[in-house]
Amino acid sequence: MTTDTTTTDTAPAAPGSGTPLLDARGVTMRFGGLTAVRGVDLTVNSGEIVGLIGPNGAGKTTFFNCLTGLYVPTEGEVRFRDKVLPPKSFKVTAAGIARTFQNIRLFANMTVLENVLVGRHTRTKEGFWSAVLRGPGFHRAEATSRERAMELLEFVGLGHKADHLSRNLPYGEQRKLEIARALASEPGLLLLDEPTAGMNPQETRATEELVFAIRDRGIAVLVIEHDMRFIFNLCDRVAVLVQGQKLIEGDSATVQGDERVVAAYLGEPLENDPGAAEAAEVEAAEAHAAEAEAADAEAQAAGAQATDAEAAEAQATDAEAAGAQAENPTDTAAGKENDR
Amino acid sequence: MTTQTTPPKSPDIPAAGAPAGLIGIPERIARALATGGGVLAVVSTFLAWTWTDEFPGDLTFYGYPGGLQVLVLIGGALTALFGLATYGVKGLGWLTPAGGDAALKLTSLATFATAWYTVLAISFRLGGVVNLEPGGYVVAVVTLAGVLGALALPFERPEPDPIDPEASRGERFRHDAAHGWHVVKASFAAGTPRPLRRLPASLEILVIVGILAVCLLVFTYGIGTEYDELFIGFLITAGFCFAALHKAGLIAHATRITARHQNITICGAFVAAACFPFTQTDDQYATIGVYILIFATVALGLNIVVGLAGLLDLGYVAFLGVGAYAAALVSGSPSSPFDVHFPFWAAVLVGALASLVFGVLIGAPTLRLRGDYLAIVTLGFGEIFRIAANNLDGTSGPDLTNGSNGVSSVPDLEILGFDLGVHHVIGGVTIGRFANYFFLMLLITAVVVLVFRRSGDSRIGRAWVAIREDETAALAMGIHGFRVKLIAFAVGATLAGLAGTVQAHVTYTVTPEQYLFAGAIPPNSAFLLAAVVLGGMGTIGGPLIGAALLFLIPNKLQFLGNYQLFAFGLALVLLMRFRPEGLVPNRRRQLEFHEEAAAPDVLSKTGA
Repeated sequence: MTTDTTTTDTAPAAPGSGTPLLDARGVTMRFGGLTAVRGVDLTVNSGEIVGLIGPNGAGKTTFFNCLTGLYVPTEGEVRFRDKVLPPKSFKVTAAGIARTFQNIRLFANMTVLENVLVGRHTRTKEGFWSAVLRGPGFHRAEATSRERAMELLEFVGLGHKADHLSRNLPYGEQRKLEIARALASEPGLLLLDEPTAGMNPQETRATEELVFAIRDRGIAVLVIEHDMRFIFNLCDRVAVLVQGQKLIEGDSATVQGDERVVAAYLGEPLENDPGAAEAAEVEAAEAHAAEAEAADAEAQAAGAQATDAEAAEAQATDAEAAGAQAENPTDTAAGKENDR
Repeated sequence: MTTQTTPPKSPDIPAAGAPAGLIGIPERIARALATGGGVLAVVSTFLAWTWTDEFPGDLTFYGYPGGLQVLVLIGGALTALFGLATYGVKGLGWLTPAGGDAALKLTSLATFATAWYTVLAISFRLGGVVNLEPGGYVVAVVTLAGVLGALALPFERPEPDPIDPEASRGERFRHDAAHGWHVVKASFAAGTPRPLRRLPASLEILVIVGILAVCLLVFTYGIGTEYDELFIGFLITAGFCFAALHKAGLIAHATRITARHQNITICGAFVAAACFPFTQTDDQYATIGVYILIFATVALGLNIVVGLAGLLDLGYVAFLGVGAYAAALVSGSPSSPFDVHFPFWAAVLVGALASLVFGVLIGAPTLRLRGDYLAIVTLGFGEIFRIAANNLDGTSGPDLTNGSNGVSSVPDLEILGFDLGVHHVIGGVTIGRFANYFFLMLLITAVVVLVFRRSGDSRIGRAWVAIREDETAALAMGIHGFRVKLIAFAVGATLAGLAGTVQAHVTYTVTPEQYLFAGAIPPNSAFLLAAVVLGGMGTIGGPLIGAALLFLIPNKLQFLGNYQLFAFGLALVLLMRFRPEGLVPNRRRQLEFHEEAAAPDVLSKTGA
């Protein structure tokens, strides 16, 4: 249980899931001698929220950039809706993958509404001549775009700030605006790169609700995050990336139970640490017992073929414990700068 | 300066926060002095200031102000008006929506500076103060009294920064100097203008007409100044008075009214510009007008490339050259190797198309570069154009451009039987050759303004601004960066080519030396860029005003001679230090550079 990675078919089925939307196979990205991402497979099904976690420098953002066409993978291929993704980021967006950035990259000197309208770029056609001649088609397209943009702003809760400069928005609202801007391109898959970095618990909660609402609009979400509580509450499936390689993939409980994940985040205990051996022994015994319990619970749940209330509760408490454990790495991660 | 200490006690400086003036005169006397100074300055302009008409402008008459006296009269009148408004005289309240003290100070300064400049100029030119008539002394004294009174008006003193008590003498000096500068700045600070009442639409349009009429008057006066002293006086008065109007909050109100009726304002501005030739008695100043218009139009085209799309193009004048050469070659000029004479509309198309092709040819390889690299490569291409035009003379290359002699004797245009080369009489006013071309150029400017406004506020314009703001994010939003940038580049090139077709006919001759990177005479690439940056990037008014100033100042101040470029550089450095967003700031850019200023919450459309 602890060693073999769980495959997608054992993951709990999210509503409307099934058909694979994004299919990355053997994605490898090398920069000179450095291999940032090594042979990563990842599938995102429609209607699913998938999390991607890993310690700093694990290659999460690089992998994201491979998915969005900012980088062309050295090896492997990424398929979206059964088509190989083009190697240009604007074509990827046109194909239906939208993204946000780890460090916010809004168009700072444009208004909130204009930012979202820029996101509509791929879904509108009006070119230079249309803009100069201003035929009826231009006015119709502009009106539709504005209407759609306003609707998205209302959706993320920024409708009343449409005419503000985006640079003047508070941090949390800038994050929301980035999501609204990404949604404006009418994507099938939304990639969120640390959407809650630097947020307080209330804002994180709100973001969680927002991501669920986005999923309910039929958009699959792939999210990078360091906040364990957030990721385990949110995701149907979680993949762990360590040193460019996928360590494990599975549902929240599986990932949380895996000691390698904990080790990757908190580090191995020091070998010559006095008393470490005993502590490790005790821990191992405890972990073993806990695992057995968890396995039992899962077996029961599987037997009942339903979301057993007890099992769910156990999972929830597990998640909280893991969240508490992961609090330290979260804090350090919040200040991480863009690694591109 | 980590330790926070209380400010040093200095009894001679009034307590911070307490209102007091720069000069220790009681407020009532100070205000009376300032206002009275304005009134008396007006009166003194009716006196004779000198005894001989050797000083230009003839300031020898009693009861008839002339030349520089008119400028002092205007400054004095404005001072008096603002002074009375600060007394709360009924019916003048609208003059000072943001408080009148700062405006009063600036107008007093304007009057003082102009008057003293005049008096000094008279003394120097004629050799001694003995050449002054009593009027000259009177004006010097009253304007000095006025400015002293104005500077004594109280203002909110800023709190000095705490200083480290162990600071060295040099640090102390620097600290005091910085504080002094803050105090001086604070003495000219104005409040926020109170909100403007909504007037009936017809009245607002009337106000716009009034504003445009004043602008036309000021511009016409500036162009028509006949001698250096008058032009310098004009610059002093206009500069200070504009600052005063700005501090009084009138400019803010005017902007708000014009923003409500944008289309009317733009149409009105064109009508006002079209009135310009009718204010001139001969063709002398219409020449300057048409050159300014060519320069301004090209600068506006460059503003699409630089201001909206953020592509630094240092070889932009080449596109003007391509347009001009194309039009000259098909104009039936005897030195053109092509023996054709196209009608004007066809020549315009050829010129624009040639520039478009050239723009795409240059843009396609260079626009893959970003930032500084693009600037360097465009600079190179600009020079390549000029050198190529120099060499295509039949000896070192195919005979196309007639080498350094250029394409000469470009015939005058004839549009629908209307010969632009000869003067016509319209409504009793003689419209000369340059005035004809002025009207034609105005039409082209209108086209450029239309393209700028409409493309700026559209999907493509937003894509340009997005690329300027953050290219990576723009690409991630699905914007085909290269294509969108190429469109901006090509549009800019085409508009410059359009202006070039007219330029070829106005100047008769097209030579490679007209299209330098930098030179004393605009338009050249450096001046074009300077006009855009000086005027304000991403605005329509900015490049127009910037181009007018950059053309007029070297043209009028002939005595600067060899120091012209030096003065230009100095002015540019000062401007970039104190007003990096340009004279007519785009509201976005103003925020970018002055973060401490209160940010307006609501903005209007792109490029507006």
